[in-house]
Amino acid sequence: MTETTAATSHAQPALLQRFSRADLLFVAAILLLVVFASLASDAFLTQRNLVNVSRQLVTNGFLSLGMLMVIRTGGIDLSVGSVLALAGLLATGLQEQMHFTAAIGVALAMGAAVGFLNGWLTARFNLQSFIVTLATMGSLRGLTYVYADTPRYPVDEMFRALIGGAFVGPIPVNFIIFLLAVPCVWFYLNHTVSGRAAFALGVNKEAVRLAGVDVNKHLIFAYVACGLFAAIAGVLLASRLGIAQPSVGIGYELDAIAAVVIGGGLLGGGGGTTVGVLGGVVALAVVDNVLNLFNVDSYYQQLLKGLIILVAVLARRKKA
Amino acid sequence: MPHLAVSHIAKSYDGNPAVRDISFEVAGGRVLALCGENGAGKSTLMKMLSGATTPDAGEILLDGKPVAIAGPSDAMALGIRTVYQELSLLPHLSVAENMLLGRMPTRGFSFVVDWPEANRIAARVLADFGFPEIDPAALVSSLSVARQQIVEIAKALVAEPKILILDEPTAVISAAEAAKLFDKVRDLAANGTTVLYISHRLEEVYAIADEIVVLKDGRSVLSGEVAELSQERLINAMVGRPLSAIFPERRGTAGRPVLEVEKLSLGEVFQDISFEVRAGEIVGMFGLVGSGRTEIAKAIFGATPAEDGSIRLNGAAADFASPSQAVRGHVAMLTEDRKGDGLALDVSVIDNAGLASFARYAPKGVIDGAKRRQLVGEKIRELAIKLADPAQPVRQLSGGNQQKVVLAKWLLVEGIQLFIFDEPTRGVDIATKVEIYQMIRDLADSGVAVLMISSEMPEVLGMADRLLVVRGGRIVAELLPRNFRPETVFAHAAGLEAGAEPGERLH
Repeated sequence: MTETTAATSHAQPALLQRFSRADLLFVAAILLLVVFASLASDAFLTQRNLVNVSRQLVTNGFLSLGMLMVIRTGGIDLSVGSVLALAGLLATGLQEQMHFTAAIGVALAMGAAVGFLNGWLTARFNLQSFIVTLATMGSLRGLTYVYADTPRYPVDEMFRALIGGAFVGPIPVNFIIFLLAVPCVWFYLNHTVSGRAAFALGVNKEAVRLAGVDVNKHLIFAYVACGLFAAIAGVLLASRLGIAQPSVGIGYELDAIAAVVIGGGLLGGGGGTTVGVLGGVVALAVVDNVLNLFNVDSYYQQLLKGLIILVAVLARRKKA
Repeated sequence: MPHLAVSHIAKSYDGNPAVRDISFEVAGGRVLALCGENGAGKSTLMKMLSGATTPDAGEILLDGKPVAIAGPSDAMALGIRTVYQELSLLPHLSVAENMLLGRMPTRGFSFVVDWPEANRIAARVLADFGFPEIDPAALVSSLSVARQQIVEIAKALVAEPKILILDEPTAVISAAEAAKLFDKVRDLAANGTTVLYISHRLEEVYAIADEIVVLKDGRSVLSGEVAELSQERLINAMVGRPLSAIFPERRGTAGRPVLEVEKLSLGEVFQDISFEVRAGEIVGMFGLVGSGRTEIAKAIFGATPAEDGSIRLNGAAADFASPSQAVRGHVAMLTEDRKGDGLALDVSVIDNAGLASFARYAPKGVIDGAKRRQLVGEKIRELAIKLADPAQPVRQLSGGNQQKVVLAKWLLVEGIQLFIFDEPTRGVDIATKVEIYQMIRDLADSGVAVLMISSEMPEVLGMADRLLVVRGGRIVAELLPRNFRPETVFAHAAGLEAGAEPGERLH
């Protein structure tokens, strides 16, 4: 027993040291925001509002987790918003031809395939992922309109009832699915060969190549995971709203990048943690929600979010 | 049957041959030293053996059979492990993860990393190597440069290599650490590992190698047993001529002091640096990697200004806060990293050469193309820069000619009174070296003050009118040509016991 206590007390400062001052300030800022919001508005700390926040953050949550995996390799994926739109349309539109689970399967396969294409082009031809995914972002958006230029509605009502509209107790199923994904990403980043290799090659690709590692394989995997997560986000969003629109998701990649950067991710590779990104997602969602509760014009919301990103990056500047 | 044989191997980069024709054989369990000047092709040869790059021609044979090494993983599958000169460690990762990069132990599923086992393996290899005090869980960025080099070597030892290639492994480690490395190398050789040892330190080569192959200008020019090759023959083969024919004669006409540095200090980097350089004088500055020699030069040039002390140029205060101030103050510095901050490689020769002298051909901000072509053309002829067209990218030129373009850039600036050269002949072939030495001497003879930093001892000993030895951020000795002995200089630079001799001024 004494040994255990000694070990824990020894581990305590190490655990604290793992968080930088910026991390602690960041957590404090979120808490402050929550306290302020709950004092200033009666609507904030209600179950209804919290359920809303938790459902709304699922979209950016999945996009951000995917983006984190790619950004840690030193890349970026701008195509996630387009993948999200097409995935939603496929999952709903295809229900006329097949069972909704099969339609979801097609949507997810499409996301993974686009991710594979992004990763393969980036890795195989040594292209900049910014350019590659800029191209797929545009092409895929066009393809989405070709497939359906008007909204699609789900045929099978179970599509909503089982996923987007379902609850376990007071907790939305969408949110539970997101919560299940978080430890998976954490495990991938910290405890899998591919995750570690992907991180290392974000720091120094040549060093990893010289270590005899198949760099391309691990790089492509990160993009596949990112595409898949974007497709999941698209399916969940369509399921929650009960409608899939071809115009949805424009600009969503920026929110995802913002969440990763706020969470300590470094564009160019070599940083970002799952917990940090989770914090970034929650912070952006709470800010959005609070501004909505106070009926702040959405233009001001954009302005404020931009400022938050700048402050977060400046606060972390010294660390890098 | 020879364990490893290389037969007529060749490799060019952008049309510049780095390796022209190298052949040698080495039996299993032997230590082969590869000797040669910078630019002789040592590193390129090593990269071909380790799969970092592929040869254009020739064969690599293992146990008599030709092998194709298309990438690093092929080399590793053949049991070839390489320790590169530049650290290839990832600073944000732990020692264990760096050592096991690409071969992390797994448990359960083949994709799940077994962290405790990774730390155990790393600890075992480090302890076996003689460094049990290095914590496998520590981040590499928390280790000293010397310790990082140890980890780099330990990384190659993890997989028990059949062929181990070491490229200048002792450049940044202490004598005690080097001794442990030598023990390990002998140990590996005794167990059948073939070791290729690249070093320009001849004393090390004689201490550790069984055989020597000398490379010069991309060719293998001499090989034999260590016991049968004298140092003199070795140097002659490496340099291609006796040492005496390389360096221009000293005139010894130092004038008024141009640069006066007094009690210059910058944190932990260097302290209490005082010296002067006179008109017409070449002052050499020698020190090991990390001694602070480059940082002192950068402080004078305003790139990273000092915190304390004073710099005077021709008697006037010259505490430059930026390189552009220094250039306006008639100081030029040729940096050691030619490719990093000396040249824009993909830009034309004419653009590169004209980069520092806009004032001469674009006084109103608009470039007079004809004037620029004429000025640059003069320097190209004067320095005998070999090129097809001044509009061609610098990248296509050989290392020596690239360095001449850097020189041309600064020679085009009028009125420079102090030239600082940092490793002026790195990666340059011997013929161009001789030309560059002559140019530097001509500069000095024209009345300019020259500060020349180099880690190549023959170069500073052959060129300097006075030599400053830097160690641990301090000037530890100032020597005159009659006291220029490699042993003395090295002893000062490495901090070994050395009796003060008459004529030496110990600081």
